[in-house]
Amino acid sequence: MNAKGKEPLDLEVVRAKLAAAGGRSYWRSLEELAGTDAFDEMLHREFPRHASEWSGALDRRSFLKLMAASLALAGLSSCATQPEEKIVPYVRTPEELVPGKPLYFATAHVHDGYAVGTLVRSDMGRPTKIEGNPAHPSSLGATDAAIQASILTMYDPDRSRTVTYRGAIRPWEAFVNDLIPALGAQNMMQGSGVRILSGSVTSPTLAAQLRILLARYPRAKWHRYQPVTHDAEREGAILAFGEHVDTLLHFDRADVVVSFDADVLNAGPRAVRHQHDFADRRRIMGGRMDMNRLYVLESSPTVTGTMADHRLPVRSMDLAACVGYVASALGVPGAEPASVGEHHRAWLDAMIRDLRSRGGQSIVVAGDSQPATVHALVHGINRQLGSSGRTITYINPVEADPVQQVDSIRDLVADMNGGSVQLLLILGGNPVFDAPADLGFAGAMNLVDLRVRLGLYEDETSSLCHWHLPETHPLEAWSDARAADGTATIMQPLIAPLYNGKSAHEVMELFLGSGGRTSYDAVRAYWQGQRGGAGFEEFWTKSLNEGLVEGSASESRNVAYAGSRISGPPQREGLEVVLRPDPTIGDGRYANNGWLQELPKPITKITWDNAVLMSLATAARLGVTNEDVVQVRAGDRSVEGPVFIVPGHAHESLTLHFGYGRTRTGRVGEGAGFNVYPLRTSTAMTCIAGAEVTRTGRRSTLAVTQEHQAMEGRSPARAGRLDEYLAHPGAGEASEPPPGESLYPGVEYAGNAWGMAIDLNSCTGCAACTIACQSENNIPIVGKEGVTRNREMHWLRVDQYFEGDLDNPQILSQPVACQHCENAPCEIVCPVGATVHDHEGLNVMVYNRCVGTRYCSNNCPYKVRRFNFLEYNGSDDPVAKMRQNPDVTVRSRGVMEKCTYCLQRISHARIDAKKEDRPIRDGDIVTACQAACPSQAIMFGDVNDTTSRVRRWKDEPRSYGLLAELNTRPRTSYLARLRNPNPEIHETTA
Amino acid sequence: MHEEERLVNVHPPEPLIREGNTYGSVTRKISGAVLTRRTPRGWYIAIAAGFLLVMVLLAAVSYLFVRGVGIWGINIPVGWGFAIVNFVWWIGIGHAGTLISAILLLLHQHWRNAINRFAEAMTLFAVSCAGMFPILHLGRPWLFYWLFPFPDPMSIWPQFRSPLIWDVFAVSTYATISFLFWYVGLVPDLATMRDRAVHLWVKRFYGVIALGWRGSARHWHRYETAYLLLAGLATPLVVSVHSVVSFDFAVGIIPGWHSTIFPPYFVAGAIYSGFAMVLTLVIPVRAMYGLQDFITARHMDYMARVMLATGLIVAYGYVMEAFFSWYSGSPYERYMMVNRSFGPYAPVYWMLILCNIVLPQLLWIRKVRLNMPALFVLAIIVNVGMWLERFVIVITSLHRDFLPSSWGMYYPTIWDWATFTGSIGLFIALMFLFVRLLPMISMFELRQLLPWPSGNGNGQKGGGA
Repeated sequence: MNAKGKEPLDLEVVRAKLAAAGGRSYWRSLEELAGTDAFDEMLHREFPRHASEWSGALDRRSFLKLMAASLALAGLSSCATQPEEKIVPYVRTPEELVPGKPLYFATAHVHDGYAVGTLVRSDMGRPTKIEGNPAHPSSLGATDAAIQASILTMYDPDRSRTVTYRGAIRPWEAFVNDLIPALGAQNMMQGSGVRILSGSVTSPTLAAQLRILLARYPRAKWHRYQPVTHDAEREGAILAFGEHVDTLLHFDRADVVVSFDADVLNAGPRAVRHQHDFADRRRIMGGRMDMNRLYVLESSPTVTGTMADHRLPVRSMDLAACVGYVASALGVPGAEPASVGEHHRAWLDAMIRDLRSRGGQSIVVAGDSQPATVHALVHGINRQLGSSGRTITYINPVEADPVQQVDSIRDLVADMNGGSVQLLLILGGNPVFDAPADLGFAGAMNLVDLRVRLGLYEDETSSLCHWHLPETHPLEAWSDARAADGTATIMQPLIAPLYNGKSAHEVMELFLGSGGRTSYDAVRAYWQGQRGGAGFEEFWTKSLNEGLVEGSASESRNVAYAGSRISGPPQREGLEVVLRPDPTIGDGRYANNGWLQELPKPITKITWDNAVLMSLATAARLGVTNEDVVQVRAGDRSVEGPVFIVPGHAHESLTLHFGYGRTRTGRVGEGAGFNVYPLRTSTAMTCIAGAEVTRTGRRSTLAVTQEHQAMEGRSPARAGRLDEYLAHPGAGEASEPPPGESLYPGVEYAGNAWGMAIDLNSCTGCAACTIACQSENNIPIVGKEGVTRNREMHWLRVDQYFEGDLDNPQILSQPVACQHCENAPCEIVCPVGATVHDHEGLNVMVYNRCVGTRYCSNNCPYKVRRFNFLEYNGSDDPVAKMRQNPDVTVRSRGVMEKCTYCLQRISHARIDAKKEDRPIRDGDIVTACQAACPSQAIMFGDVNDTTSRVRRWKDEPRSYGLLAELNTRPRTSYLARLRNPNPEIHETTA
Repeated sequence: MHEEERLVNVHPPEPLIREGNTYGSVTRKISGAVLTRRTPRGWYIAIAAGFLLVMVLLAAVSYLFVRGVGIWGINIPVGWGFAIVNFVWWIGIGHAGTLISAILLLLHQHWRNAINRFAEAMTLFAVSCAGMFPILHLGRPWLFYWLFPFPDPMSIWPQFRSPLIWDVFAVSTYATISFLFWYVGLVPDLATMRDRAVHLWVKRFYGVIALGWRGSARHWHRYETAYLLLAGLATPLVVSVHSVVSFDFAVGIIPGWHSTIFPPYFVAGAIYSGFAMVLTLVIPVRAMYGLQDFITARHMDYMARVMLATGLIVAYGYVMEAFFSWYSGSPYERYMMVNRSFGPYAPVYWMLILCNIVLPQLLWIRKVRLNMPALFVLAIIVNVGMWLERFVIVITSLHRDFLPSSWGMYYPTIWDWATFTGSIGLFIALMFLFVRLLPMISMFELRQLLPWPSGNGNGQKGGGA
């Protein structure tokens, strides 16, 4: 080397870089590692042609070339010979680990602080699939789409991998070295310049850590903010009861449910449980005759709205009047009579009579979009109906030290602007992107001397912070959290952090000055403090094993209704804008999750985008149509997005889902949709009055998976009325054609004959099944362009049909996967026999044999077959590959695929049964969709077994086969939806 | 002689070969087009266009193999797009050749002698273009041979219930027989070319492919037997190939496909489009090479009449399709027809009706039949119409079938168009290479149409009876 140009190496820098790089990284010399000038010079001398590729700005082409080259080289490294270090053969396997046999660990998924218990499948140390924990009160074995998809986030290659300081890679120690003096300075001021911002926290350990921190720095402040604040709910409780309580709804005990804009079945920490309990009261099966009745008044159709027996589209702002009307009619103390329209009055009167007649077996609930006064009135209504304590119970708040979050972040911004904040720690969240727009959070934050961010992604907030610390995924770290009913779960990691992430506990330990302690130490120490003593080890093992801490659920308590004079806010005229979190990617946190991006949103079936939702009449008045880009203006704030018309939407109301429009998140989520947060101010977080809409003249394509939502006079999804069904249970069968003849001889299935039944009466259309299937079966995503070209790969789709009045249609959801026809039209047309029947009646795909003529798909009347038009599984990312279920083949380009009834699970059950020398029992096989379904609408089993549940479902009079008139003899059958309308309303308005 | 000719050709006013031609002049003019005549400028233009489009095809196919069929506009529900439309269209075009060569031969329609070589070549090239598409459209085209019953080490056979397998047999048989028929028919003329060639290497070229034909009586005897047998073999193929192709659809259960009328309707459509393509090619080539003596207005008239007749059969097919979709009482079938006529692809359907039924009615007028520019335009229109018909059958049936939830649209991409126009380019290039290298009209068969020699028929060599 040229001695002249060589400067002494700074070993500190080298060491720092090594620590930051982590994992297996190779370097050619210490100089290269340090990035010294000498190395650059040597590079120019030795490899003049490639020098320009090393430094200087990269254009896209050369970046891609380099990427390709490094990927190829990365592959080479795996061909290397054995490492030099001594390695240990796999002689003594870890306890319980049998190669090829998955293990399940109980842990929890945490959304907005609240836990839902899960069982995570681990294949040789890789978590591959998330199931619900049957013992956990918020899950009861089921999950929602976001929980299913969280495993994809864990393996996301775009997650932040290193500590960075203003975007430059630094070692963790450098951060520590920077933080200690800053904390030391605060120590003298009692921490008056320290602020911590987090979302809602239910984790007992984290709460304890924060409390210790606040004790040590008495003048430090802990702020809480998340986009879905639940502020109105908290304030409503305070208004009604004078104190903060959490409300638990017990749908399993309710005969009548009234929802005022509350999507109780699909949003919130207990939605999975709500669906379970709600469906339980609708299962007309095995002689059960009664079911609950659901009234929904809402502005935009939601999953809950689709389940309604009576649904009334009402502007979000007009709902307060409806609630006031109901409250005063019921004699709620303090309620002021409100005026509602003539049409609404008859409807509401009938509903009120229905509520009254139930003697407290009812639930009335208000949604996030409603102001605190409405929540308070609803508490009054429930008390007046006598349902408090029966169908509705109250518990002390599960969240640690609950606050009004908008106030909390407003205070923080004021402090930052006042210059009194020197050290800001942001745990999770993404306030730069999602804080109320009028506060100017980003500008205020830039005034803070030291800004530290712990996050899964280097996002909008990280880019404005000094330090970004990579956060562990909940599947990677020890933690704990409480469910909505207070039940605590100690969350155990399934895998060591993939990217050297740190958990919030570890960061807190650092702030507390005990930096060496791990999350495990912190969590264990906390619980030792709670349940210490001799039996702790037993308690610890048992809690981990079961996935919840026994007896930790909150006691229900009595509350006194204050009954102060409360009335709804005045009705406001003009166009309203309702702001809601996106149904799939939430408040934006799941923006880089391809499964959730590509999951068709319930009702609209839009993927990869949000839109300005409105009713047909509103669109007609505004002179706009689908995909017209409009500007929505409220005051001096405006956003632009494409219009999407939703039948059943309230008139003069727009629904905008926030969470889209991310600018820094990763390759998947960036550039999708438009940002709604600029409209969201601290005074109007959920509903804005007096908006204006102007056309921009531009258009924007929306990728919609179901372009046609009318049934066209056909009846793929069937529905009837409960009273008519009970009077003539077999009426539906008359329309069923007799089984036709086939040219080919029939096949007898002597052994097991697998079949599925789907109860449309339970199905809410939440699409948890779709993601469960995607996770279980290694189903790729195709991107927005792919969906636009109708190439989505979901094996299980949820069809949604609108029927009747365009302004207020009946909405039916129908999950459709391969029907496993006994006379399968796909099989006879395949020229190479790549799709055939097995001995148990499954229609199976032989991927290796498929040449890709697509004839089978053309001839499939259900269009459930999916084709790999391009190489969708071509990712070379080794981490992304780890996610794949090892029991399911990953399909390559040019191959057809489809639902297998989870063949791999059938095989597992068969092997287990053979080992134990017994027949496969009913319930041994649970398909992925069935396991995930919160409302237990899917049943799978042996149709030859007369005692199996699936057989009993199929024997119900309301069972029918989809397109059975084609003589396909589908193995999947559907149970027709039943509605339980209020006879009074039916007579007056329907 | 005059008396005799009048007796033979009382009905059509014009002779099949224009007056004044002799054995010598026939041979000279036709072989001369290849051997001595200056290549007309039109030929260069045509071959350049063809070559350019072949390059487009190569690019499209290369990209297809690299990326996969996803570069096309196909999707779920429309699993088949341009590739299958083009396949059926080209196969249909390929029907005219065999019909002209085999069936008209057996029916002693001697006027065919002027156009059979040309039509057979066209068949061959159309079948080549057609045969390309089923392989290109596979998801994994490198495994196309799995559709053939070959001795697989795993003893796996094709699935013989699938119409695609029937297709494989039908199309490959058709391609083989067409080629043999064409080549056998070429042999005596190749010998003539060999004998008339001046340049040594040209002589050798024709000599090799003439297979040693010397025109002996024994040769002629064997030739006639073989030709007749091949004609007999080819005749059922005219009906079978497109019937089998129609099974691809008729066996399916999709409304718009599942129809018993498909086989005859497809065969009629095939002949219709085949004759239209023959006219499309013959009219310019005839003008280019001045072949009006041999391909006379009477030929044009006859071909136009065949088109008119088959076009009416096709029209009957359309009417029956509409009638039975109503008569079936099936809501799916009825909706299919409504969707075809008024759905998003309705313009395509009405264009097809215009091109295939309405405009060809002009052929009832004799003046139109004898007006070459008009006939040329009409032939092109029928070609377009028949392509649209396949588009309607494949795409509008698939895009809205049973469950409204899975309805979708199909939009062709630039690669769909590139492959399609590329195949047309390949066809043009092959066609004009054929015109340049081989006698485009069967010399010896044409000579049979001449009246018996009356003194000046001594200029012939090689062939001749």
